[in-house]
Amino acid sequence: MRKLLLLSLAVVLGLANLAFAADDTVKIGVFLPLTGQNAFGGQLELEGVQMANKEAPTILGKKVELFVVDNKSDKVEAANAVQRLIEKEKVQAIIGTYGSSLAMAGGEVSEKAHIPQVGTSCTNPLVTQGKKYIFRVCFIDPYQGAGAATYAFKTLGLKKAAMLVDVASDYSVGLAKYFERSFTKLGGQMVGTLNYQSGDQDFTAQLTKIISEKPDVLFIPSYFAEGAIIMKQAAELGATFKIMGGDAMDNPKITDIGGKAVEGFTHTTFPYDPSMKNMSAMAKKFTDDWRAAYPGKEPNVNSALGYDAYMIILDAIKRAGKADPEAITKALAETKAFEGVTGKTAINATHDAEKPVGLVVIKDGKKVYEGEIVPEL
Amino acid sequence: MRRGRTILLNVLAIGVFGLLLHLAEGYCNGYQLQILNLIAINIILALSLNLIYGFTGLFSLGHAGFMAIGAYVCSILIMTPDQKDMLFLLQPAYDWVQTAHAPFFAAVLAGGAVAAIFGAVVGIPLLRLGDDYLGIATLGFAEIIRVVANNVPRLTNGALGFKGIPAYADLWWNFGWALVALYVIVRLLQSNTGNVLKAIRDNEIAAKAMGVDVFRYKLLSFTVGSFFAGVGGALLASLLTTIDPKMFLFTLTFNVLMIVVAGGLGSLTGSVLAGIGITVLLEWLRVVENPVDLLGFSLPGIPGMRMVVFSLALIVIILFRREGLMGMRELTWRSLAGVFSRGKA
Amino acid sequence: MNLATFIQNILNSLTLGSLYALVAIGYTMVYGILRLINFAHSEIFMLGAYFVFWGITLVHLPWPVAMVLAILVTASLGVLVDQVAYRPLRDAPRISALISSIGVSFFLQNVAIVFFQAIPREVYRPAWLEDPILVHGVRVLPLTLFVPLLSLVLMLLLVYIVYRTKTGLGMRAISKDIETSYLMGVPVNRVIAVTFGIGSALAAASGIMWALRYPQLQPIMGTIPGFKAFIAAVFGGIGSIQGAVIGGLTLGFIEIMTVAFFPDLAGYRDAFAFVLLILVLMVKPTGLLGERPEDKV
Repeated sequence: MRKLLLLSLAVVLGLANLAFAADDTVKIGVFLPLTGQNAFGGQLELEGVQMANKEAPTILGKKVELFVVDNKSDKVEAANAVQRLIEKEKVQAIIGTYGSSLAMAGGEVSEKAHIPQVGTSCTNPLVTQGKKYIFRVCFIDPYQGAGAATYAFKTLGLKKAAMLVDVASDYSVGLAKYFERSFTKLGGQMVGTLNYQSGDQDFTAQLTKIISEKPDVLFIPSYFAEGAIIMKQAAELGATFKIMGGDAMDNPKITDIGGKAVEGFTHTTFPYDPSMKNMSAMAKKFTDDWRAAYPGKEPNVNSALGYDAYMIILDAIKRAGKADPEAITKALAETKAFEGVTGKTAINATHDAEKPVGLVVIKDGKKVYEGEIVPEL
Repeated sequence: MRRGRTILLNVLAIGVFGLLLHLAEGYCNGYQLQILNLIAINIILALSLNLIYGFTGLFSLGHAGFMAIGAYVCSILIMTPDQKDMLFLLQPAYDWVQTAHAPFFAAVLAGGAVAAIFGAVVGIPLLRLGDDYLGIATLGFAEIIRVVANNVPRLTNGALGFKGIPAYADLWWNFGWALVALYVIVRLLQSNTGNVLKAIRDNEIAAKAMGVDVFRYKLLSFTVGSFFAGVGGALLASLLTTIDPKMFLFTLTFNVLMIVVAGGLGSLTGSVLAGIGITVLLEWLRVVENPVDLLGFSLPGIPGMRMVVFSLALIVIILFRREGLMGMRELTWRSLAGVFSRGKA
Repeated sequence: MNLATFIQNILNSLTLGSLYALVAIGYTMVYGILRLINFAHSEIFMLGAYFVFWGITLVHLPWPVAMVLAILVTASLGVLVDQVAYRPLRDAPRISALISSIGVSFFLQNVAIVFFQAIPREVYRPAWLEDPILVHGVRVLPLTLFVPLLSLVLMLLLVYIVYRTKTGLGMRAISKDIETSYLMGVPVNRVIAVTFGIGSALAAASGIMWALRYPQLQPIMGTIPGFKAFIAAVFGGIGSIQGAVIGGLTLGFIEIMTVAFFPDLAGYRDAFAFVLLILVLMVKPTGLLGERPEDKV
């Protein structure tokens, strides 16, 4: 029975492949959280993808067509969305997504259908683990957690750390674990880990407890939506310790929402920020183009990753010389030196992008790109 | 109509249905198959909620909780120990979770059974409550299950959930279970028990006055309903191959409730038809979020529009056709025959 | 735990609890009269907070004016929701209105997502509410005092309306028996409209204060506070204003104090409300101060 199913799937895909060959467009599917809990990240990434599409609308003389589907920050929807992109729109490659659990749910479908998928900012190691068709243009959480721990312990000399973890978020739980592992290995001491659940808005009880433990640094592997109010409440309760976070805290609105409370906050990120000093030519071009395209709106690293995800697929198609899914997959796996906005990117054996960990500090109400750090594991 | 003929017709209908499934398997693409599978699972869920609410009058909002139990139990049983080794990467699983293993059929059955046990255990204290209170208390139960799932990583892998659950739930399993659910619930309702349940729904005090042990019958209906909710959850887990606590939010219960209400509270035919209709509608509504090219103008897709339309549709149904598609009527061979003979006359 | 931390925790509980109480009153008023769990309440709560934001950023209104206007607009919206989605269902089975209210809730939330976008927005806070005062090592935010105080004023106002005015008399009559009230000449539909108006104004006020305390706007911000406040209302005995206040404060204290004394349980915090609810309902099926509904034969 299962064989029959696979066979019919293969037939359908075979037909679909024939359809590609006759077509003069390249179809790229995009699945991102445009509504729901992760919508702010998804919308930023979508704008990056769309800008890239405007700048490079053709490849190999064919028009590139984008198909955007909202995965609603929901795993079931994410799987459905990818299924739809593959079966109905017959896309040759897929971009997505923000949020590791969403990327995994969609990735299962892409993997089965043999369609390459390039993740934007899904940093959990499980996303690409054991997958042939799944790639990403970002680094992974163990690396990022180690980067944050190294910076806190070595660069800043902070010895005692506490964490406030979202138990309902796989990203948060994972990153917390990797930070703790590296921080204690480096010789630091964990003085308290408290939990909350996504959607909570009152953190006063947890923060009061953490303040009484007197840590040097509080690590919050949160999404932006909760992170900003955590800091605000911490400031109100008189917290004086340093607060650090991960890439999900990267959002242009952080100073609007956090105000004085986010002053001094440091978070790890992918190596791009409009405040970067030594920008590569690519990054500079991206920044200028963005400011022209969206006046009054600062570019952000999520948009840059969306942009890179699109461009790395086009680069693979160019190297492959054709736009069939197998050829794109092969070319993606062989990416050695793709010049992206977020730095020179090589895809490694586990299909992750190797790039340094960037650091952003909020200084005088502005995001400042501090530089990069090499994690000590 | 004679009993023998009804049985014959039923067997024939199942045969034709099986043939259709076989054809669907050959001709549908994966996307369409996925929708068909979701239809079968939604039917199971709607039937079970209709038994609890539509036929017994117990306002339960705890379906997502029972589904979660079924899904977790089944997934733990069908994943291989090696798989679990890789999955529980933050904290190792409890030994018994790590080693437990069972074939798919047994795992789904176990999922249903554990959900039924939970149903009975929470039912004993809660079913004494009045309707709205029962609704809120069962909703609370479902939320507690979800919060616990987040906080016991050695059992559920916490927020990371399970992925790569073996995809055994194909058309045959799903529709097979849907038929089982339909059969069991129809038999239950046709028996004397069914009459008692409806009596409790229509007038609990009168039923009590007649000497019916109301509580026992309520508990029976609730437990059977929980069992099939667990089965539905188990099948869903294997169909989607990935679960986590976030999946089992109130929205999930709401979708099932929507199917039951749209089909008609107290109509199994209605639940089946609405199970098909709403699953397709929800999928089809994605269109409104896509960019549209209209007479040369391209309108950008509006995220969120789909749920706006869906919720509007719900309000319209409830305002203008609150008894749902079928009201409390059923489609039977007898009623079909009635339609045809009227057509001839 | 030292004394300062303990007092800090009490202040935290008091603020959270009085916010829950304020939202709970809105639920309890509507339920008391119509026996309807108004799921849309949490979206009205969210819209109230957003209207202040738009009033300040789009129309550049001063803060107090924006606040009053937002409350008025939200109150009218509540009345509109009742007229469109609940009033045609007065004679229908109770489940119909309940499902309609779930539909309205989903509808308003998604309309907010479509028009306001899911990006969190900042909240304007007057400076005098923000700067903490230090009293013997305890940081007291004027806000933490302002919120319970304002809640208290609104509650007293409400008690006055319900027990000292004619409309209030109508409300109480309808809550006992809607049909008899009709026959006795109570303008039922008008009283219900007023109830929705007041309930929604309270939701808006609590939404605005919630946003002052937890300064961030999101289309989904109403869902969790709404759920918890509703539980607080049921816990206190739905239909009873005093019950809603007691329920809200109790929930606030339990949530904060459990985390304070048993930090390992912090991850279970969202379940506390439900556990509490189930325990209370098992002992007292209509909540602490709820009246026993008579079985009608």
